[in-house]
Amino acid sequence: MVKQALRWALVIAVLLFLYAPILTLVVFSFNSGKYMGNWTGFSLRWYVELFNDAVIMRSLWITLSVALIAAVVSTILGTLAAAGIHAMKNRHANLVENITYIPMLSPDIVTGISLMLLFVFAGIKLGYGTMLLAHVTFNLPYVIFSVLPKLRALPQHQYEAAIDLGATPGFALRKVVLPQIMPGILTGLIFAFTLSIDDFVISYFTSQDVSNLSMTIYSMARRGLSPKLNALSSIMFLTVLTLLIVINVRSARQGKKETV
Amino acid sequence: MADRIIELKNIRKSFDGETVLDGIDLYIRRREFLTLLGPSGCGKTTMLRIIAGFETADSGDLLFEGQRINDVPPYKRRVNTVFQRYSLFPHMNVFDNVAFGLNIKKMGKAEIARRVAAMLEMVGLAGYEKRQPESLSGGQQQRVAIARALVNEPEVLLLDEPLAALDLKMRKEMQLELKRMQQQLGITFIFVTHDQEEALTMSDTIVVMSRGQIQQIGTPVDIYNEPANAFVADFIGESNLLEGVMEKDYLCRFAGYSFPCLDKGFMKNEEVEIVVRPEDVDIVAPEKGMIVCTVRSIVFMGVHYEIMLEGADGMLWKVHTTDPVEPGAVVGLYLDPDAIHVMKSSDEPLASEQEEMAALEEEEDEG
Repeated sequence: MVKQALRWALVIAVLLFLYAPILTLVVFSFNSGKYMGNWTGFSLRWYVELFNDAVIMRSLWITLSVALIAAVVSTILGTLAAAGIHAMKNRHANLVENITYIPMLSPDIVTGISLMLLFVFAGIKLGYGTMLLAHVTFNLPYVIFSVLPKLRALPQHQYEAAIDLGATPGFALRKVVLPQIMPGILTGLIFAFTLSIDDFVISYFTSQDVSNLSMTIYSMARRGLSPKLNALSSIMFLTVLTLLIVINVRSARQGKKETV
Repeated sequence: MADRIIELKNIRKSFDGETVLDGIDLYIRRREFLTLLGPSGCGKTTMLRIIAGFETADSGDLLFEGQRINDVPPYKRRVNTVFQRYSLFPHMNVFDNVAFGLNIKKMGKAEIARRVAAMLEMVGLAGYEKRQPESLSGGQQQRVAIARALVNEPEVLLLDEPLAALDLKMRKEMQLELKRMQQQLGITFIFVTHDQEEALTMSDTIVVMSRGQIQQIGTPVDIYNEPANAFVADFIGESNLLEGVMEKDYLCRFAGYSFPCLDKGFMKNEEVEIVVRPEDVDIVAPEKGMIVCTVRSIVFMGVHYEIMLEGADGMLWKVHTTDPVEPGAVVGLYLDPDAIHVMKSSDEPLASEQEEMAALEEEEDEG
């Protein structure tokens, strides 16, 4: 009994430690007063102000459009890349696969600065387009990472069995291969979208005159913390949290399906 | 040659500079059950994949009813394949798997339902339409795969070691059933296996292959009784393999003695290889035998005993007989002229030697 209680106490302590900052943020986003640490009553005032702030709404639009386009483009490219890697001979496939995964491990700031240098060197004007390109780039390995295992889990000779039965290559892909790797593609898409929404460092280095939400919050915060930012951060946190939960539930379900 | 449905003319194929098929010439008759038999790596599966259209020959012609089809894609060939690991579509139920080819042909719904039902009936899976492939046993999945191929009424059915993943009892059952289906439907079957017993049981014609070349083509009886070379003799059935010389027509010499035999047409004193099947050796009293041997071991195999004997020259003989003898006993061996099969010497390494060489190469690769 005592042991059990201690165990739970520890779990709660760890969770509190982890989530206390965010909890504080969310709670104070509903504060009616202007000052942190001084609770004056519940209000949605800052949320209303947030949605009336033209600068923030513009960055929200940029964040969402970049995330959506980058997610879709990187999902298409990443799926094709995964198919290519899958078709390679083992030795080559391992090499290429590992090279594609390296950017996932390299620090954002390195990716950001190197992309910026590349754009400047290539004479491309930094702006919305470069931000979009950068997002596609850093999303790609995550999509490959989600799709490749699905391709490898395909039963042997699926594509060949389909064309053997009279399916054209296009039909075989649509009706036999795609349905089976679709869960991986969707996971990759959501993953890419989440990473895009979340990104600050790479966006900061690869764009000028446009700013997404994280960049706007950063520049506003330097001029003093407005409670609007609490509301905005809360919304972003909940969005990303929801997407992560979706990804986890999906992969847990698939894992379950495979073991049955 | 109206009855030649498929012809391969000097087909060559190599992967990464390694020759897999080395000038294959073969024709397959309509309605015949032909088996490509050989150890792993002999090229039999590659040959099947070339006929199916999954691989393209580097050179040579592939003819279907006299037309060259080297460049015809698989989905336009009138052949269907049954894969070793079934390759059923896991996201479709049994009905949709079997109906896959018919749906592509844009056949009417009622007609599809009728044909699928008839085909499932034939493979003994009536009532399984709504089941998912993963809920079926290996044998049942293989039946679905066979139905999925046969429902398209192909001219030729290609089977790539379809029974290799099944247990022994199921395998025997499926062997008989496949043979029955082939006779019932009158379709040409091209069957790939490394299992010689399977090949002997099911085939009209066996093509024995080794290292990308055809070693012998013949009926099961021909292949068993008149192996073309030591490789075939060793691979098909059990055998005593000996080196000898042909002294003259109908007389050969091996193991230190001369024996009358039924073979002729060799050069005088030509070096030959002799195969003697274990069941063709008679054990007799020492004074009546042609060779005197000591019994080294005797093992009961169910129907017969397998007896190992050692001759005076140290040569080991394997004999299958239903009459047991005592270990240590001295006996005579008697070889009827038709028990002795004389073959031209060939350099083809035996299947067991090929395996050893492959294992050595692998070790070197790893080292």
